[in-house]
Amino acid sequence: MAEVWVPPKLQQLTDGNQQVQVEGTTVRRLINNLELLYPGIKDFLVDEMEEDLVPGLAVIIDGEVSLLGMLDKVGEDSEVHFLPAIGGG
Amino acid sequence: MLEYKPNTVLSNEEFDTVGTNPIRHDGADKVTGRAKYGADTILPGMLYGKILRSPHAHAVIKSVDISAAAAHPGVHAVVTSADWPETSMKLVDLAEGSIHNLGFLSMNVLARGKALYKGHAIAAVAAVSVHVAEEATKLIKVEYEVLKPVLTAIEGMKPDAPILHERLASVASPALRPGGLLDDNADSMRTNIANEFEFNLGDVEQGFKDADVIVEKTTTTQAVHQGYIEPQAGVAQWSEDGKLTIFSSSQGQFTVRDHTARFLGIAVGQVKAVPMEIGGGFGAKGITYVEPIAALLSQKSGRPVKVQLSRTEVFEGTGPTSGTQISVKLGATKDGKLIAAEAELIYEAGAFPGSPVGAGIQCMMGQYDIPNGHLKAIDVVVNRPKSAAYRAPGAPSSAFCMETAMDELAEKLGIDPLEFRLMNIASEGVRRVTGPMTPLVGYTETLQAVKDHQHYNTKLEGKKRGRGIATGWWANNSGPASAVLVVNSDGTVSLTEGSPDIGGSRAAMAMHVAEVLGLPVTDIKPQVGDTDSIGFTSNTGGSSVTFKTGWACYNAAQSVKQQMIERAAKIWEIPDADVEYKEAVLQHISDPELKLNFKQIAARMVPTGGPIVASAGVNPPGPGPSIGVHLVDVEVDTETGKVEILRYTAAQDAGKAIHPAYVEGQIQGGAVQGIGWALNEAYIYNDDGALLNSSFLDYRMPTSLDLPMIDTIIVEVANPAHPYGVRGVGEVPIVPPMAAISNAIYDAIGIRMNDLPMSPDKILEALWAQEGK
Repeated sequence: MAEVWVPPKLQQLTDGNQQVQVEGTTVRRLINNLELLYPGIKDFLVDEMEEDLVPGLAVIIDGEVSLLGMLDKVGEDSEVHFLPAIGGG
Repeated sequence: MLEYKPNTVLSNEEFDTVGTNPIRHDGADKVTGRAKYGADTILPGMLYGKILRSPHAHAVIKSVDISAAAAHPGVHAVVTSADWPETSMKLVDLAEGSIHNLGFLSMNVLARGKALYKGHAIAAVAAVSVHVAEEATKLIKVEYEVLKPVLTAIEGMKPDAPILHERLASVASPALRPGGLLDDNADSMRTNIANEFEFNLGDVEQGFKDADVIVEKTTTTQAVHQGYIEPQAGVAQWSEDGKLTIFSSSQGQFTVRDHTARFLGIAVGQVKAVPMEIGGGFGAKGITYVEPIAALLSQKSGRPVKVQLSRTEVFEGTGPTSGTQISVKLGATKDGKLIAAEAELIYEAGAFPGSPVGAGIQCMMGQYDIPNGHLKAIDVVVNRPKSAAYRAPGAPSSAFCMETAMDELAEKLGIDPLEFRLMNIASEGVRRVTGPMTPLVGYTETLQAVKDHQHYNTKLEGKKRGRGIATGWWANNSGPASAVLVVNSDGTVSLTEGSPDIGGSRAAMAMHVAEVLGLPVTDIKPQVGDTDSIGFTSNTGGSSVTFKTGWACYNAAQSVKQQMIERAAKIWEIPDADVEYKEAVLQHISDPELKLNFKQIAARMVPTGGPIVASAGVNPPGPGPSIGVHLVDVEVDTETGKVEILRYTAAQDAGKAIHPAYVEGQIQGGAVQGIGWALNEAYIYNDDGALLNSSFLDYRMPTSLDLPMIDTIIVEVANPAHPYGVRGVGEVPIVPPMAAISNAIYDAIGIRMNDLPMSPDKILEALWAQEGK
């Protein structure tokens, strides 16, 4: 199972857990499974159409900023972070 | 010590074209004045637009009467925000990855309901001349209810502070950026705090308990402007069949297209944005100000309209970077190991949510190995222009705090500041305080390059002179990018790509193609395409272009190469696999008699199958972060407070410098902007929120007379995610200068300067305080 690092502001939804183990071979599946475990967390991560991450949020998979977002693949032992997207100048 | 030549490249791998310094393709046009910038477009029947701006920093707009202006001779159109639809405030994304809140952006371009800073655009006029338009703006009657302004984040966070947005959606989401406005039926918190975010790693409390030495400090920085030479300018032409063409200088023609379409409520397909040359942007031209107004005026008047800002408008009405207050606490063991860090970053977003505090917090200590940390970021709206990106947005301010704290910690520990950084630099696989692991980057190599340099190894002598060092970290971006190659019958290759060229990227893109095809770079003819002639390409920003658009050019060139092989195979009636392509010569792998060069096959394109055209659209992962290490010597004049830069050396991991001279220019440019930020630059407001230094006479940027030669060391630790090893270079050089100079001033006079700019008046005050005066 992938290890999801939960942003501190959302840890109240994960019973205070900083990291949680979640199944899912794509980011979309991983978030859906996260929602099953911790109802309400999806609203902070996914837009209303449930097609993309909320604007300004980046998902980092194994140290790399994902450019495919919800469609990106997640490995069995992947480490997944949700961080503010960094805009450039 | 190693004997470096000036502007050394510590090269990792040699190529034929990559790593050389050819003359840029657009050079002749630029030095002869032929190149066309945003303001150079002149169309038949064109009108001139002028913007009426708020004289108040915070006011309710009770009414706007445009009747007298509209009736003024020579005026063809007057517009306000009532002339375009109210853009949704919901947290929506543009289809192609832009993450701005368009509702706020629309209200920034033309105020709706409230004026939120002095200089906020209220209305605009199109007339037969700019003078008539300006005269007419004075005839627009605006009734304001003036409110008390909030000018700093600290004021804005107070419980009794005036509120900018009554229904601001104050969120604590991981996405820091967008904010938004609440629905009318939702309970309002009445706050100016748009967002908060935290990072936790390890056990920070225990970390500080285990620390032998602790340093705590707070720094403040003021808003500073990007200071680009060319003010924003654009021309819009609305045709009878409902098509809109925009000519403007920007960091992204697709952003111009998309923003304008959304604000006007028309389809993206109705708009064509043509990128003109750009006279500097540094992040600020990644969003729109003038193009939607020109389009609205053109739509209403039926004539082409040009809107060009004055320098005062640029200062007052476009986004500078954020003012900040940052506190940090660092703990280390007595043998010099960092073990705990705590920080709070408060950034002024300007009139609408979205300061670069998200980047500031992630970049603050990205290069260090710190096992326990707690970082908190806060985004606050204030009655100032909406902050815009400025070269490594957010990172210079947080580095100023972090790197001066590192200097203090090194001093307390009795360790050389460069050695202290080497002892704590993150190696590949080390977890950053913000969570993700450190990839392969030349952190150690870059620090070592400075350690080996003659500057570091030459003793600084003289009174009131000091030396300072600082590092800076920047994430670097990637994004979607496109390129199209067309082989011409004479063997030249036309390249159309989607990234506006700010720092010499046409040449760098052509060099990617030349390297793959083995052609002279002069045979590649690069141009930047408009939105109807090239695929979507995200902004020129985030130090992304050489990486992402370089990838597109590389892939397109590989396709051309394959097509050339197929043509040769067809001519020789052999399998493709029997053709070898080497240095623009195609040859049978075993028959040396069968040989054709690139130009010969190009000449036979039509009979062998038709035109050779290749395109590539990419969104490549793995841009990889970068590090800069700056070393500076200063002399402080204790009579005047002036700080003189005596010597400056900047080292940076470029992965692979495609065009080393342009990388060197980026490093020098970033360092110079950082020196200005360190010593002189600041937005100065009065209590009513009026900017007092909205010209280059009063807003002091450094000139060549203020500076020595900035020596550079280009370190190359190849980025494995790029075919030539590229990592972005444009932004990180502005991150270390402020801290490096502050550390050097301390070394010179024994005073820690924690507020930017470290201008003569502040230095004198600090000296007088030191002397007990």
